[in-house]
Amino acid sequence: MSQLGKISYRELVLNGIFKENTIFKLALSLCPSIAVTNNVRNGVLMGAAVLFVQVMVNITISLMRNLIHPRIRLPIFMLVISGWVTVTDMSMAAFAPAAYKQMGLYIQLIVAFASILARAEMFASKNTFVPSMFDGIGMGAGFLLALTVISFFRELLGKGSLWGYQIINAKPLLILVLPAGGFFAVGLLMGLFNWISMKYEGRQ
Amino acid sequence: MKSEKSGLIVSVSPHIKDTETTERIMWSVSLSLLPAVLMGVYFFGPRAAFTIIASILSAVLSEYIFLKAMKKKVVALDGSAFLTGLLLGLNLPPSVPFFIPVIGAIVAVIITKQLFGGLGYNIFNPALIGRAFLLVSFPRLMTVWNEPAAAFIHLDARTTATPLGILKEEGVIKLIEVFGDKGNLYSQLLIGHRGGCIGETSILALLIGATFLMYKKYITWHIPLAFLGTVSLIAWIFGGQEGLFTGDPLLHLMTGGLMLGAFFMATDYVTSPSVKSGQILFGTGCGFLTMLIRLKGGYPEGVMFAILIMNCFSPLIDRGFRSKVFGAVKKPAKGAKQ
Repeated sequence: MSQLGKISYRELVLNGIFKENTIFKLALSLCPSIAVTNNVRNGVLMGAAVLFVQVMVNITISLMRNLIHPRIRLPIFMLVISGWVTVTDMSMAAFAPAAYKQMGLYIQLIVAFASILARAEMFASKNTFVPSMFDGIGMGAGFLLALTVISFFRELLGKGSLWGYQIINAKPLLILVLPAGGFFAVGLLMGLFNWISMKYEGRQ
Repeated sequence: MKSEKSGLIVSVSPHIKDTETTERIMWSVSLSLLPAVLMGVYFFGPRAAFTIIASILSAVLSEYIFLKAMKKKVVALDGSAFLTGLLLGLNLPPSVPFFIPVIGAIVAVIITKQLFGGLGYNIFNPALIGRAFLLVSFPRLMTVWNEPAAAFIHLDARTTATPLGILKEEGVIKLIEVFGDKGNLYSQLLIGHRGGCIGETSILALLIGATFLMYKKYITWHIPLAFLGTVSLIAWIFGGQEGLFTGDPLLHLMTGGLMLGAFFMATDYVTSPSVKSGQILFGTGCGFLTMLIRLKGGYPEGVMFAILIMNCFSPLIDRGFRSKVFGAVKKPAKGAKQ
């Protein structure tokens, strides 16, 4: 733990989930958060894919950090990221072909996620293996959480179902499964998340 | 607004203080919609009145609750929420279930207006966003058109298609057939004896309201005229079925929500450009998009989406058509950016 001082692993994970939540706090990677979240299954799969890539990239970079010359670090990061994204992409195509058909493009787009590159640059390249892993888990879990929450509301209110199973026999707000509704859902949930965290921080 | 005595015109700042207040304008616009409300209620019965009342009440209430919750100055009765609710109500089909105007008003007032900072800061016309939200969310409920109660022509069912719907699906010959003959079609459209949203059907009532607004100088001719002119021109050129220049502009002018949209929604101060030449561009854009949707799009009516799309461009138009600063020297092209 070179730079961190006394921050515990628990705090590292919580930091990624709440304080620096990729979608709700940093407002990064909003494209997939709108494009794939019209049902819970896709949202969770996408979140899990990002979690996996984030953790693996952080681990790889932290192990390689002393070998990378600072001048060419960004191309190297990109290579590592695209390597892990390719692994995810291919495994998903093999094990979940139905879901892959719907969201394959967005899996490949994980390469361009600002949050993943940012964590590689800001954290993994300066820290050792274990904290980097926990940081990856935190950031990835934050993303997974955000996507799950968004897709939960969008699928439940837009289609009346969850994970493909019909829960209520109606489509209360059809607009939520459409792209326009995605913006509504992300915006409102972002507001709610920040409101809650403001209250929480105020109480501390 | 115009200050009548001095002859000053609306423009970007600097402004001159006037006795007119926002409230007064809002209530006057609401008043000018009264004929349309009366005709709507006359044709579609008490149900239409309840829809409008539900819409107004929920708009004012959600504004009140939001401002209270945000601990802001409660200005829920300044008439702007009332007007938003009224416009939303007039843009709904007569027999929608009551949760529809409530949801629409909440979206209009809270999401479209208050979350963007309140009156004067919203990018889009609140009532239209409310309606767009409803149309996309509840496509079936939002397209049930009641037949006007007062002895509509020989249609047996209680629900009917709007003239624009018939025009789009079956063509102008069928439309004339439904209404008897061409003269009857025009006169029925003029008084509003047709299927449609509560407030959009009666062209006559809307024109009375618009005349009042023009007379009071609350709106100017720029946006409505450019809007209606573009629509009639495109309708005349491309609207006909027998080739170019055979379309019927009057038919397109008197159907759908065009009159309501052109005079009461597109002229919204907040969401339309305030420079006159920009307003003409704005109106032309609205007209073009309306006809594009009507003739080529999936929906029979495009006024709502046209106005909303042009709303996005208002700030840009205002910037592009900014009036010249008095006494300013024209700078060379290099320094123009500042």
